Amino acid sequence: MSYEADIREPLIIGKKSLHDISEDIARPIETNPNKWWWALFGTSVLAMLWGFGCIFYTIGTGVGVWGLNNTIGWAWDITNFVWWVGIGHAGTLISAVLLLFRQKWRLSINRSAEAMTIFAVVQAGLFPLIHMGRIWVGYWVFPLPNQYGPLWVNFNSPLLWDVFAISTYFSVSLVFWYMGLIPDFALIRDRAIKPVMKKVYTILSFGWSGTAKHWQRHEVMSLVLAGLCTPLVLSVHTIVSMDFATSVIPGWHTTIFPPYFVAGAIFSGFAMVQTLLLVMRKVVNMESYITLQHIEMMNIIIMVTGSIVGIAYITELFMAWYSGVEYEQYAFLNRATGPYWWSYWAMMTCNVISPQLMWIKSLRRNIVFTFILSIFVNIGMWFERFVIIVTSLHRDYLPSSWSMFSPTFVDIGIYIGTIGFFMVLFLLYSRTFPVIAQAELKTILKSSSDTYKKEKK
Amino acid sequence: MSKEKKYYNSLSHSRESVSVGNEFDEKLPLDAMFENADTLSASSTSRRDFLKFLGFGTLAATLASCEAPVVKSIPYLNKPENIIPGIPLHYASSFFSENTFASLLVKTREGRPILLSSNHKNKYGGGINARCQASVLSLYDSNRLKGPLEDSVETSWSNIDIKIKQRLEASNKKIVLVSSTIISPSVKQILKDFKKVYKNFNHIKYDTLSKDSILSSNQKVFNKRFIPTYRFDKADCIVSFSADFLNEWLDPAHSRQYTSNRKPENGKMSRHYQFESLLSVTGANADKRFPIKPSQQSEYILRLYDILLSLSNKKSINTNNTNHDKQLVSIANELLANKGKSLVVSGSDNKIVQEIVTRINILLKNYGKTIFSGRQSNLFSSSDTEIRALIDDMNQGNIDVVMFLDTNPIYSLPSSMGFITALKNVPTRISFSESLDETSKNCNYVCPNTNYLESWGDLQPYSGTYFLQQPTISPIFDSRQFQDSFLKWAGSPINYMAYLKKYFKTNFSQPWTKALHDGFVEVNYNDRELQPLDNFSSSDIRGFISKSGKIELELYVKGSMGQGVYSNNPWLQELPDVISKVTWDNYLTISPSHAKELGISNWHVSNGALDGHVVNLVVGDRTMKCPVYIQPGQAYGVLGLAFGYGRTETGKAGKDIGVNAYEFYNDFDKLSTTNVSIEVVSGKHEFACTQNSHTMMGRNIVKETNLSEYLVDNKSGNKQFLLHSHKGHVKPNDLTLWKEHERDVHFWNMSIDLNSCTGCGACVIACHAENNVPVVGKEEVRKNRDMHWLRIDRYYSSDMTKERAKKEGVGSIEMYKKMEEPSDSENLEVVFQPVMCQHCNHAPCETVCPVAATTHSREGLNHMTYNRCIGTRYCMNNCPYKVRRFNWFNYSNNNQFDFNMNDDLGKMVLNPDVTVRSRGVMEKCSMCIQNIQKTKLDAKKERRKVKDGEVRIACEKACDNGAITFGDALDKNSRISKEKKNPRSYYLIEELNTQPSVFYKTKVRNKKV
Repeated sequence: MSYEADIREPLIIGKKSLHDISEDIARPIETNPNKWWWALFGTSVLAMLWGFGCIFYTIGTGVGVWGLNNTIGWAWDITNFVWWVGIGHAGTLISAVLLLFRQKWRLSINRSAEAMTIFAVVQAGLFPLIHMGRIWVGYWVFPLPNQYGPLWVNFNSPLLWDVFAISTYFSVSLVFWYMGLIPDFALIRDRAIKPVMKKVYTILSFGWSGTAKHWQRHEVMSLVLAGLCTPLVLSVHTIVSMDFATSVIPGWHTTIFPPYFVAGAIFSGFAMVQTLLLVMRKVVNMESYITLQHIEMMNIIIMVTGSIVGIAYITELFMAWYSGVEYEQYAFLNRATGPYWWSYWAMMTCNVISPQLMWIKSLRRNIVFTFILSIFVNIGMWFERFVIIVTSLHRDYLPSSWSMFSPTFVDIGIYIGTIGFFMVLFLLYSRTFPVIAQAELKTILKSSSDTYKKEKK
Repeated sequence: MSKEKKYYNSLSHSRESVSVGNEFDEKLPLDAMFENADTLSASSTSRRDFLKFLGFGTLAATLASCEAPVVKSIPYLNKPENIIPGIPLHYASSFFSENTFASLLVKTREGRPILLSSNHKNKYGGGINARCQASVLSLYDSNRLKGPLEDSVETSWSNIDIKIKQRLEASNKKIVLVSSTIISPSVKQILKDFKKVYKNFNHIKYDTLSKDSILSSNQKVFNKRFIPTYRFDKADCIVSFSADFLNEWLDPAHSRQYTSNRKPENGKMSRHYQFESLLSVTGANADKRFPIKPSQQSEYILRLYDILLSLSNKKSINTNNTNHDKQLVSIANELLANKGKSLVVSGSDNKIVQEIVTRINILLKNYGKTIFSGRQSNLFSSSDTEIRALIDDMNQGNIDVVMFLDTNPIYSLPSSMGFITALKNVPTRISFSESLDETSKNCNYVCPNTNYLESWGDLQPYSGTYFLQQPTISPIFDSRQFQDSFLKWAGSPINYMAYLKKYFKTNFSQPWTKALHDGFVEVNYNDRELQPLDNFSSSDIRGFISKSGKIELELYVKGSMGQGVYSNNPWLQELPDVISKVTWDNYLTISPSHAKELGISNWHVSNGALDGHVVNLVVGDRTMKCPVYIQPGQAYGVLGLAFGYGRTETGKAGKDIGVNAYEFYNDFDKLSTTNVSIEVVSGKHEFACTQNSHTMMGRNIVKETNLSEYLVDNKSGNKQFLLHSHKGHVKPNDLTLWKEHERDVHFWNMSIDLNSCTGCGACVIACHAENNVPVVGKEEVRKNRDMHWLRIDRYYSSDMTKERAKKEGVGSIEMYKKMEEPSDSENLEVVFQPVMCQHCNHAPCETVCPVAATTHSREGLNHMTYNRCIGTRYCMNNCPYKVRRFNWFNYSNNNQFDFNMNDDLGKMVLNPDVTVRSRGVMEKCSMCIQNIQKTKLDAKKERRKVKDGEVRIACEKACDNGAITFGDALDKNSRISKEKKNPRSYYLIEELNTQPSVFYKTKVRNKKV
């Protein structure tokens, strides 16, 4: 049992007892959703189906149904890919890095953040698949032994590194997430009355009996996985950034990309966590567990990572000038003043300027403001990837090949579809999974809840 | 079905009954299987029968579910001699169409002509241009007529022969053949024979784009109607008044002549001044270009003549000052200094202008040196009056029978001339058109001619030459050479092939087979120069200066579309215009300042494609709705419009593309200087350009210098790029992380001389033909998805330069904004740069492909393995030259792309050595790897090394100017090794250290300092 200074704000409020926590967490699973949930779910399913339709249309007809051209070979597809991967960063960071740093405030949010990570990586993973001209031979990216002679993958290609990075990240995150879920599933199982539900949660909880041995193994395993996840937090987006950094295109060819991308990913991941949890805490009555304190903590991280990202943007501009390379200089000048100036300034406003407002305490504890800002950051980070990909490609070395990009309804449809798909997964999750790691949360009840802090006084 | 159980008496008994081969003797119970259920249920089924049923059923179902592709391949019953599948055969033949001549080598595979290249290219006139190169596709045009037509109904040749013969014999008025210039001596003979049978037969020559002005002016000056031959290679000072001699003016040979005298290595180059209204290919290549209004052209020529006269102390003819008098005086001095080594030409349709030009050349003593009146060109012969007389004759009902050969007057005469109504007065109208065009649609008999690649023929394009044409494929359809028709109708017992042979034997002593093999025979001719008559009087020039209008119109010829004969050729429709880079279109061109004044603009939409305003063009009483394209470099106050578009009766590719400029081709004059106006109408037009930016943005992409500087320092304009490093300043390729590739067999390199490239685009078409490059159509080109493996970049100069910005203290943002704008003044210069895959030896594309679909060869080439490609497009993004092309869709067998690759006939043009790519894969220039491979194998079979120049790749072969050189850089004596050492050679974006196998040679102009 850890000790926490009384002066710190309590992490659990509302005078909760251990039983209250169990009740609160199990309630969304044991009750039926209201009409708002159904409405949101229905909309998300529609968006998802529309997206799937667009995906099938693309695969059936050709990538030409997107707005790409000879100069701009990637646009919304890879923008969306990087955006989703970036969003998928917060979960692992919260559960692994904050675990190692013993940050207890992570406990109320890590489950949902991890769920978000997994669902976001699912969306991200779609794009490299469907952007291929010939998805039916896409398995060639794996180093499969074959009888075609000396055919092997190209280990020089960052795209191949991506394959390994994303698949590793996805599987480790999934295991880590599931590890944490087992005791909580057991709680639901034990409370379940309906036979089917009981059966399902029995299977999901892997025969958890809550013995000391189980708990000990669980703790060890969590630490090991956290250790495994921590480098992955850095590696995934580092490798994604290398898709660009190792190329020769001005605006892509930048050594600052790995740290810049990682910071950006955490930035966007936390923003997405905010967006989701601010709604969720209200809808499933988790205000006692996801408190203003949590929100403020996350806002501080957003502010810090936002500042790192801002410095990175300015460093890029400085390096372009300092390098003396005219293509590089033009690329950055073109970003800010060329035909896509609006996307650059949207990015700058959303990512650099708006998080600075978080220096003001009243704003970072303001729920409405936080929600709006988190949306801003999500938008800004989408534009960041758009700026990097499209505005770098559209005017590179030979002006004869300069071009512009405009999305088609399919581009837009697939993007909306992935948001729908993500929301479908998240909404289903919020009604079937324990949305807070209650077993872990209970460990801090006696050190960090308002009940016990008061008692001591 | 079950057999009765049988008991064997002994072992031998059982052996008797079971003998080898009888095991499956019993028939499958097919009856029971397919009979009705009753039969089936009546029969008893044993376990074995059940297994039989099961096996049969599974097999039948499996087989039924496999759709076996039906490939119609029919083996030779008797293999034709010399045809070995996989080995190409080449035939010498000739091309003559749209008054353009080329001596050809036709490559055929398995009996199909698939690629054309030049024969005798350096010796005689003519040459292979983009249209000639693309004509092979027109052979496989599904729009061609499948057989003769009588009143638009298919009929047989025997029927049509009887009918026409009756009509010819019954004719008591005139029988007229309207044709473009005929340069075939044997056809002329046939027509003479025909006239012997039908005394009332007349032959009217009607060239769609007339050169009557030159013919008539020579009639006056030399007392002979002829067109001289020009030698631009002998001219050191060339002054052209809107003669687009590098594109269409008189002869494609001018281009290679011109460039052969533009090699700075020789220590000298011709100097070329161009006065013109529109920005032509020739103007783009000129050393100094003066944009002037069409009405000023005659004024300037006259002024130049006057200055020349006074400088050579002859009687002046009193002319007015021009805006460029200072320059004209300096040019005149230069011309006089180059007497006998200069050339003044004009594209004018005014015979007085042409006469003055002739007089100028006489004054400059150029005849016999750069212009030859002894060796004449026969490519144009028509007189403008003939066709007008014909219309009058038709209107008066003086004509019974009219025949049309290689001509389409209903399309190409302005409707104001009333050709259609006049034609209605002729009872018998016969067309020899290959496909149904505007004129043949109005004929009651269509006797489809064979394509020239299916035909016999002889051609005499210039004095002293005799070329042969031979069929390279038997006629695909039930068409017949028009010569055969004439012979038949005149009652001749022999066919044209026999006639031609007989004609040849009578007139030449050479063996026929040798002549046919060479495609050419030299003939004696009188090369004495003609003596000019001194009959010029200044009264001739009264009223000579054209009236000037506020807006003037000049019609011009595009290299891709010519006169419009090939409008149904999708390769040509998709070939970007040399200057504007617009495809699938014609449009009014206007100068930027003029457009601004009139409130006309072009703008880019969100995907970068170009849109423009639409105007009503009014000339006299004719109005036409045209889109407007803003053309930098064009003179203020002039509009340009290209011929060859607006066909209403042609195949699916060419129908209703653009507007018909012939409507304004009044009196065979390209210029309309008065009564021209435009007004903006609502609506917008969508252009499909392959290049949407104008300038080089101050980058070192096309390196340029001037001859004067080059002569001092042969590396001028080609400064070596050096990187700062810890070792001091080093060349980019001295700093490398990579291991070098082994170079021990060949090292294929290519050199492109930017001084010899005029931007014509013949190489682009050759690449289409050789490499099965698909056509994607206007919509896709508009989306910047053209598939050209080889493109020609065009850059305009800008008024803003880095130096100027520095001097004037202009900020970077402002500077780059201004740099995007091409110069709108006399100083506008244009450069061209063919760009294909650079075959980098440190290729950015190769490292990024996750599946190693693009790899490097030991011979210095970047390979693209279509089968391995999964289509991530990473290579395309990472290519600094943006030469990779992605198959966004299936471009073959797809109704969305209804061009030649969606057509069984059109597919016959495909090169069997090159894969047709499927959707989802990347493609790009392969350096015609199939040709390299073949040459290597040939050499290996003969146990020798590959010789220099033996591998000829499509673009190199197509370039008559010799701008492209390809070869093995490991061979120390090869041409390419020498080119590599040339101080003008440089690599494109060398600072990236991609180490391309392709290099360029700096552009050198010869501007006066």
